[in-house]
Amino acid sequence: MNSSNTPDPTVHIMRSQLGRARGLGSAKIGVQHWWAQRVTAIALLPLSLYFVLSVIRLEGHTRLQMADFIGRPWNTVLYLCLIAALFYHLALGLQVVIEDYVHKDATRIASLLAVKGIIFFCALACAVSVLKLAF
Amino acid sequence: MKNVNEALMVGRNTEGKLVRRPLSPHLQVYKPQMSSMTSIAHRATGCALGAGTLVLTYWLVSAASGDHAFAVAQSIICSWLGLLVLFGFTVALFYHFCNGIRHLAWDAGKGFELPDMHRSGKLVLAATAVLTILFWIIGFVVW
Repeated sequence: MNSSNTPDPTVHIMRSQLGRARGLGSAKIGVQHWWAQRVTAIALLPLSLYFVLSVIRLEGHTRLQMADFIGRPWNTVLYLCLIAALFYHLALGLQVVIEDYVHKDATRIASLLAVKGIIFFCALACAVSVLKLAF
Repeated sequence: MKNVNEALMVGRNTEGKLVRRPLSPHLQVYKPQMSSMTSIAHRATGCALGAGTLVLTYWLVSAASGDHAFAVAQSIICSWLGLLVLFGFTVALFYHFCNGIRHLAWDAGKGFELPDMHRSGKLVLAATAVLTILFWIIGFVVW
């Protein structure tokens, strides 16, 4: 299926294949990202079930009743754990999506920074809100 | 070839001739299958849930802000449009949850055989439907 209208490929870089590959760093599959995604996924299994149940529990509650619920120590801690695991997992996941689809360096770096900035901001806003409700 | 990335797209065939490395065919030539569809749905629901965290943030911040802000947030979320969006988020959440377990099983090296993969895929779809319906039934009963 070699299309005939494209010119024959040539290589102007006078380096061996090995020399070119060396020093490029890892193939971006460092285990830390992969592992952190799995760890947060496992943490989110019980935490997301807890969250879903807490939403049903909080349904139709007033603000004070909600503050009372979230203010119980276990609930405060569980909500903070949920926020940490959720937003970390989200940052890791969206990073992969952006790296897969955005090929231009400048756009990719800009989108990564923007998305991670928004995620950090939302995570902090959630955590502060939970603490404010609790105390 | 101007840079290394492009140069790496050029290789030699068995006759030693320089050739462009072949790229894999694009998406539209493939028939939708259980494997590819559940995979892309995992990514899509993940992105949707990312948007969902904005709603979560709004909900918590409004609750922490004051009675008026919370009342506004509740009225938006409990409107028909709000509930419809919320319904979408529950589908996405339960799907991502169930298919996430499937991915963790694969990470542990289990369930790679094709029949197993098809069975677990159907199981994920069924579990998503059951959990979503259960959530909303309980939700409306409590309400």
